[in-house]
Amino acid sequence: MTERTALPAPSQTSGPFLSIGLLDGYVGASLVSEDDPRAIRIRGRLLDGNGDPVPDGLVEIWQANAAGRYAHPEDARDDIPLEEEFVGFGRSGTVEDGWFEFVTVKPGRVPALDGGQQAPHLVVTVFARGLLKHLVTRLYFPDEVDANAEDPVLLGLEPDERETLVARVADGELRFDIVLQGVDQTTFFAV
Amino acid sequence: MSTPSALERVRDVDRLGVDPPYDYPEYVGTRLRHPKEPLVLLPHTLSELTGPLLGERRLGELDHDLTRQHAGEPLGERITVSGRVLGSDGRPVGGQLIEIWQANAAGRYRHAVDTHDAPLDPNFTGAGRCLTDENGAYRFVTVKPGAYPWRNHHNAWRPAHIHFSLFGRAIPDRLVTQMYFPGDPLFPFDPIFNSIRDERARERLVSCFELERTEPEWSLGFRFDIVLGARDATPLEEPHDD
Repeated sequence: MTERTALPAPSQTSGPFLSIGLLDGYVGASLVSEDDPRAIRIRGRLLDGNGDPVPDGLVEIWQANAAGRYAHPEDARDDIPLEEEFVGFGRSGTVEDGWFEFVTVKPGRVPALDGGQQAPHLVVTVFARGLLKHLVTRLYFPDEVDANAEDPVLLGLEPDERETLVARVADGELRFDIVLQGVDQTTFFAV
Repeated sequence: MSTPSALERVRDVDRLGVDPPYDYPEYVGTRLRHPKEPLVLLPHTLSELTGPLLGERRLGELDHDLTRQHAGEPLGERITVSGRVLGSDGRPVGGQLIEIWQANAAGRYRHAVDTHDAPLDPNFTGAGRCLTDENGAYRFVTVKPGAYPWRNHHNAWRPAHIHFSLFGRAIPDRLVTQMYFPGDPLFPFDPIFNSIRDERARERLVSCFELERTEPEWSLGFRFDIVLGARDATPLEEPHDD
């Protein structure tokens, strides 16, 4: 019994009906108001190994605020202000032909393990039918050329892998497709 | 070709711990949706040592009671599902948001994509949420979900289950899983349940019937305790060669 209690619960797929429990509006895809002058829009598609859209998935983002502070007790850098209204978490379904969409702010830089700074990034998590456990990746920003060039995570990747993590600008929005399988596969992390 | 500071790669099958693999052909839905490249081992920076804390959010008074969200009561066996959420250190995880969703007693989801020929229940949505208390304890009231067919293979039926979503204390704790019911005769035939290779790990997802949690003249009681974290740090068996 002791052993049974200590073993972590394994993951199981969210299945095709996750929208019933996770997309009823309790957590939304807008982390800030669209009227916020700092607001940016991120759109992308979740695609499978045939390049077909995944219409029953879920994408979550986790990020620091614009000043570079996480709303979490582990981030104790009190000199950087928190924003009361900004939790740093959002959720979007991929119901419409695989498209997901967020409105948020670009996060500030946060510390790297080597004592330097990481480039601004979002932690991105993907759930879907056919995924027995979720996937974790990161989104980086195309206008942060200098910061990206010294980011320890990006520097630890091959150039073609790095490319999959940097959003691109299209029609005044950021585009970030997530490809589950194939030659254009997104780089996924073990955390 | 790798830079001096290249991040380490790991094959999914070499880091499973209690978790199922991404690539599990018996579950047909994985075939075009599992990454084939090795995963990149990400050292935990502040981005991974943190994660969404949703315990401060407001809940509706009846969010935990799936039998009282409509004008009437849903059909089916009334049950309670309760237990504790613990970290891998054994400490309770309090203020933790738990979200659940499930089929109705006839095995039908309230979802446009569910075409199973079984009745919808006008008094059942099948979604609930609650927060754990300071001891990590939680409790839902619902009806027992039915089994349903899912076309994965000939005569494929999912064992009765309730989907659970939890966040834990930081990004690596994030968990979406399914709770099953004890003694389900469909267990041996279900590729999703059996994608977890270790029997002890599978058992972690099977709730226990408890007479102590059963309320006389009212509801059957099932206990489901959830330990979060360190899912890939618990090697249970040698990596598979197959």
